[in-house]
Amino acid sequence: MSETDSAQVKRAPAPPAAPRRPAPAGPLAGRWRWVAIALLLAAACYAPFQLVPFHVFQLTMVLVYAVALLGLNLLVGHAGQISLGHGAFFAVGAYTTAILLDHWDGMPYPVTLPLAAGVAFLLGLAFGVPAMRLRGLYLALVTLAMAIFLAPLLKRFEELTGGSMGLTLAKPAPPAWSGLAPDQWLYFLTLVVAVAAFLLAHSLLRSRVGRALHALRDNEIAAEVMGVRLSSYKTLAFAWSAMFAGAAGCVYTWVIGFVSPDSFTVNLSITMLAGLVVGGLGTLFGPLLGALFVMFVPSISQDINDAAPGVIFGLLIIAVMYVAPTGLAGLAERLIKKIPRKE
Amino acid sequence: MLEVHDLTVRFGGITALDGVGFDVGRGEMVGLIGPNGAGKTTLFNCLTRRYDADSGTVSYEGRDLTSVAPHAIAELGIARTFQNLGLFPRMSVRDNVLVGAHHRGRGGFLTAGLRLPGVRREERALRADADAVLERLGLTGVSAHPATGLPFGTLKRVELARALIGRPRLLLLDEPVNGLNAAEVEEFAGMLGAIRSEYDLTVIVVEHHMGFVMGICERIVCLDFGRKIAEGPPGEVQRDPGVIEAYLGTAVSEGSERTIERSSRLMRPTKEGA
Repeated sequence: MSETDSAQVKRAPAPPAAPRRPAPAGPLAGRWRWVAIALLLAAACYAPFQLVPFHVFQLTMVLVYAVALLGLNLLVGHAGQISLGHGAFFAVGAYTTAILLDHWDGMPYPVTLPLAAGVAFLLGLAFGVPAMRLRGLYLALVTLAMAIFLAPLLKRFEELTGGSMGLTLAKPAPPAWSGLAPDQWLYFLTLVVAVAAFLLAHSLLRSRVGRALHALRDNEIAAEVMGVRLSSYKTLAFAWSAMFAGAAGCVYTWVIGFVSPDSFTVNLSITMLAGLVVGGLGTLFGPLLGALFVMFVPSISQDINDAAPGVIFGLLIIAVMYVAPTGLAGLAERLIKKIPRKE
Repeated sequence: MLEVHDLTVRFGGITALDGVGFDVGRGEMVGLIGPNGAGKTTLFNCLTRRYDADSGTVSYEGRDLTSVAPHAIAELGIARTFQNLGLFPRMSVRDNVLVGAHHRGRGGFLTAGLRLPGVRREERALRADADAVLERLGLTGVSAHPATGLPFGTLKRVELARALIGRPRLLLLDEPVNGLNAAEVEEFAGMLGAIRSEYDLTVIVVEHHMGFVMGICERIVCLDFGRKIAEGPPGEVQRDPGVIEAYLGTAVSEGSERTIERSSRLMRPTKEGA
């Protein structure tokens, strides 16, 4: 925990471009952002050598959730579409990986990553076509239904999915040359996937595609007049968001070595959405902060009282909406913006 | 360039456009006037395929516009601005303008995500173009600012910049000087005239500001209750008894521009009652 806290402090100096002074502030802000990311990355590489295995495992899971939330952020934060079924695609990725590893002996585990991501992508595309014709609450309900029916479906095909018992698998072992402990190896595997996912999402959002998504989030009519094909962008945003979740699910299976329907209930989807909102919708660091939320808030609140998680979730979301409508990432940006003005 | 023929649009029992027809030649600047609710914006929405026409044809550069998908309009070289701003408030001014160039780019999810060389080249070219348009419209200073919370006149110019970067041949302006003060209106008129020749534009302007429309347009089309009631050079349309009646309710002697403008709002209920 202490290490994550210090990581958060180091993450803090990520200033946005100060408005009205674009010429001097722009490049400087950009440079500071990269310094912050480099420091964060250095801390992330250093951390597993200083922590006990359990904390390394916790950090690994934070990264897994961060990848999933990156996808959710793409859809909810950037494209402005809601999804209460993100956990379903996470589960699809996890189960695809588990089934591949379980049914094909000698399947090299790195191969499962593109396969799991691909399956989730295609499923996202298939659901995206009808789902993206719906708006707001209707879309929320359809995606929620997806999250609800997945667990019973997984229990149904017992010979493939292991039914309610789930599947237990061997975790990827560290190769001899690395000299790493198993938990450290898994951590670095996850870190590589997370960094790749961040880079992918970041360059996607800075491009023509990212602008088109922002445009349709802010004003659909104007976006269409500018030539943005709404249906295909929404559907692809849904599919890409599912793909990130699938990749995260795959890494989840590597790290946990066990999948069961009870790990992927509706609660997971809701926790993810809540985490992202608290972390900061549509921000660069929102998914990472949201992942800390998904990882730690449910278990910490469980320690207080069995019924506490629901209450604490609700209160936290209300508090965040009051104090920082743009989430923790937005709050951090606002605080940082004040610093240079004092000079 | 644009031929509108017998265009009719109905919303339930209301006929918003009733057999409207007019032509716009290449390089022309045409003003579209008429009291509130006359169907001007509806006509724009038909031209940009937001509404389907119930009957009639719209032909643009010899092509039937009524069968074109809404998102494909920009690619054909038609750009528009919106009556009450259609900006993207959470994006920067520069990004707003860049969205206007959307149809000029080719990068997709995968190629953009991987930052392939082609996408980077394209992005560089578009950004340079956006900066040039921002510079031309005097928006460089606010390019990093979100497209909200700026003076209304500035936001209007952002919208114009966003339309221009799409390299349109036909530009539709919906009340571009609405809400601007007299000095700003004059400035905008001057800029529009210059830009029109620089970018080789054909322009249709919807506007209530009579001084602006009459001063800048070569031809005026006047709508009332969805029908075209007059068409011709500004001086002629201004004197047209039908137009004066539509604006003032009864045929009175020629009013000043200001009176006409104000009475378009004031006199409307009287006319409907009569």
